[in-house]
Amino acid sequence: MSGVWVYIEQHGGEAANVSWEALGLGRKLANGLGQPLTAVVFGPGSGALGTEAIHYGADQAIACEDATLDRFRLDPYASLLGSLAKDRQPSVIVAGATTRGGDVLGAAAIDLNAGLVTGATEAELDGNVVMAHCPIYSSKLMAKVLIPDAGDAPQMLTIRSRAFPMPEADASRTGTVETVAAVKAEGDIGTKVVGFEETQGAVSLTDAAIIVSGGRGVGGADGYAPLQELCKVLGAALGASRASVDAGWIPYDHQVGQTGKTVSPDLYIACGISGAVQHQAGMRTAKIIVAINKDAEAPIWKLAHYGIVGDLFEVVPALTEAFKARLGQ
Amino acid sequence: MRIVVCTKEVPDTAAKVEVKDGKVSWGDAPLVINPWDEYAVEEAVLMKENKGAETVTVVGMGTETTKDAIKHALAMGCDDAVLITDPVFAGADTLVTSEAITKAVQKLGDVSLALFGRETSDGNSSQVAVQVGRRLGWNTLTYVATIDSIDFAAGTIKVERLVEEGKQIVESTLPVVISVVKEINEPRYPSFMGIRKASKAEIVEWSAADLAVDSSVKSKVSWPEVYGLPAREGDVEIIEAATVKEAAAELVDRLIEEKVI
Ligand SMILES: Cc1cc2nc3c(=O)[nH]c(=O)nc-3n(C[C@H](O)[C@H](O)[C@H](O)COP(=O)(O)OP(=O)(O)OC[C@H]3O[C@@H](n4cnc5c(N)ncnc54)[C@H](O)[C@@H]3O)c2cc1C
Ligand SMILES: Nc1ncnc2c1ncn2[C@@H]1O[C@H](COP(=O)(O)O)[C@@H](O)[C@H]1O
Repeated sequence: MSGVWVYIEQHGGEAANVSWEALGLGRKLANGLGQPLTAVVFGPGSGALGTEAIHYGADQAIACEDATLDRFRLDPYASLLGSLAKDRQPSVIVAGATTRGGDVLGAAAIDLNAGLVTGATEAELDGNVVMAHCPIYSSKLMAKVLIPDAGDAPQMLTIRSRAFPMPEADASRTGTVETVAAVKAEGDIGTKVVGFEETQGAVSLTDAAIIVSGGRGVGGADGYAPLQELCKVLGAALGASRASVDAGWIPYDHQVGQTGKTVSPDLYIACGISGAVQHQAGMRTAKIIVAINKDAEAPIWKLAHYGIVGDLFEVVPALTEAFKARLGQ
Repeated sequence: MRIVVCTKEVPDTAAKVEVKDGKVSWGDAPLVINPWDEYAVEEAVLMKENKGAETVTVVGMGTETTKDAIKHALAMGCDDAVLITDPVFAGADTLVTSEAITKAVQKLGDVSLALFGRETSDGNSSQVAVQVGRRLGWNTLTYVATIDSIDFAAGTIKVERLVEEGKQIVESTLPVVISVVKEINEPRYPSFMGIRKASKAEIVEWSAADLAVDSSVKSKVSWPEVYGLPAREGDVEIIEAATVKEAAAELVDRLIEEKVI
């Protein structure tokens, strides 16, 4: 067993940021183990993404652009990763803890009879063993998680978005991109992708460096308008509490928390959100938390670093103006 | 034709979970059905009410306490229940959990659809559905937000999956494994009659031997240590000023000093 692999996921020919973060971790592990780092990327544009992966730190890449991989489907993707890993026996495989990364590693782990550690926010080597630290109980606790005796299978690991530093790309780095064939023929795949509805023009919550989030305090669907303005000025993503999602003011894919998304931005601005534990579960690892709330007793103040007690309909537009002035917009 | 829905019990989401003597403790907070699984149970019961599914079986793996989650599912309208329980499953990782659930689905037989929650609120792994699907060799559709159509007779299903960039619309043949997100439905509260029925229902118990679980499948992942999050340092700084405008400007200054802008 030798070699560290990072599974690079893509959508529409573009890699997810968390894949480059995983590659950064992979580089560290590969250096520590004294083994080569390989990026594995499937689907349209994966040859070019393989080259990009080498710029981000991989020694080499494996790519497959077979038509069966044009749109993400679990079976052909996992089958190919599983089959490649069975042949070439990497010691570690890392991916992002995303819908695709988690599914592909999870299914391939069965093919390989491999242990899988999910959602790590830290990882280091202890000898040849990857020692991961993972949030559990919806981020209320942490656990050290490891695969002490992998046997003849790789140690598999997914990492959370924005938990590991983004490596620097260096376009002068070179390496080979090997093209491989798919292992599943179209006739053997039981699913067909018949459409995709892109979420329009939105910054992805899990990738966002800044999130402006609104809760029941926004009072209705229109109440998000001042928050949207602030998002625009900051290049931020728009989040929401469950109460406002349940009220039908904003779609579920904006929900942050235990039954929504887990986010870890540099800055989280909670507007009209009381800060229930279930909401905290999704955002407590934000670097700086700002609260805007008219209730000076709300639980959010226990978590927040900065805040203004007041009506969000006065404070948020004032903040937008103040940022505009300071950022010269 | 049967539908299976899988569930687990977890500490109530409002519980204060902490580490005591090296172990996870949630005080005397109750154990409840994993919140994501309520959506899976609701969808299974809807399949029976509206789509011609015949029997809905709830399957939970765990110990005596798992019965509470199972009873909640029964009270919501599931027909029968299996508890997979055996001391050999203590500390099982997803390799072992998925093996046991797979064997239970196979033993039940005639299953067209196995439903799961998106994740458990304790382990947060989002792996069990995928790994059961892989072991069964069935098509697996995770993060399902809408079932557009399902036709048990024709053996087809069409769903919308919620992924990072939007919704992927997928058609598949049955049998299929599905995991669901919260957007899919509004779980019902168990009725009084449902609760009464559930309290009397028999929960079949299956051991590793009953399931003929492959003894070469062993847990590989271990959790040698759990620890609390480092306490948040310092108190919140409330920005006060004569006017909202001044307070906003001061807050912006602080955030720029913090280098988060
Ligand atoms: C199983 C389970 C899972 C859950 N999962 C989640 C989850 O994923 N995410 C989540 O968010 N919640 C979740 N919840 C719900 C959670 O318990 C809270 O009910 C919810 O977070 C409350 O949302 P809120 O803060 O927007 O509303 P509220 O608690 O009603 O708070 C509104 C706040 O707005 C303030 N406010 C009102 N008007 C103004 C104004 N004009 N200006 C300034 N401030 C104002 C109020 O002072 C108040 O603090 C879950 C609950 C359960 C039981
Ligand atoms: N012990 C268990 N018994 C039954 N179902 C389970 C068990 N653990 C997980 N599941 C199911 O698998 C889903 C995903 O769980 P997890 O992979 O642990 O995040 C849950 O929502 C349940 O539907």
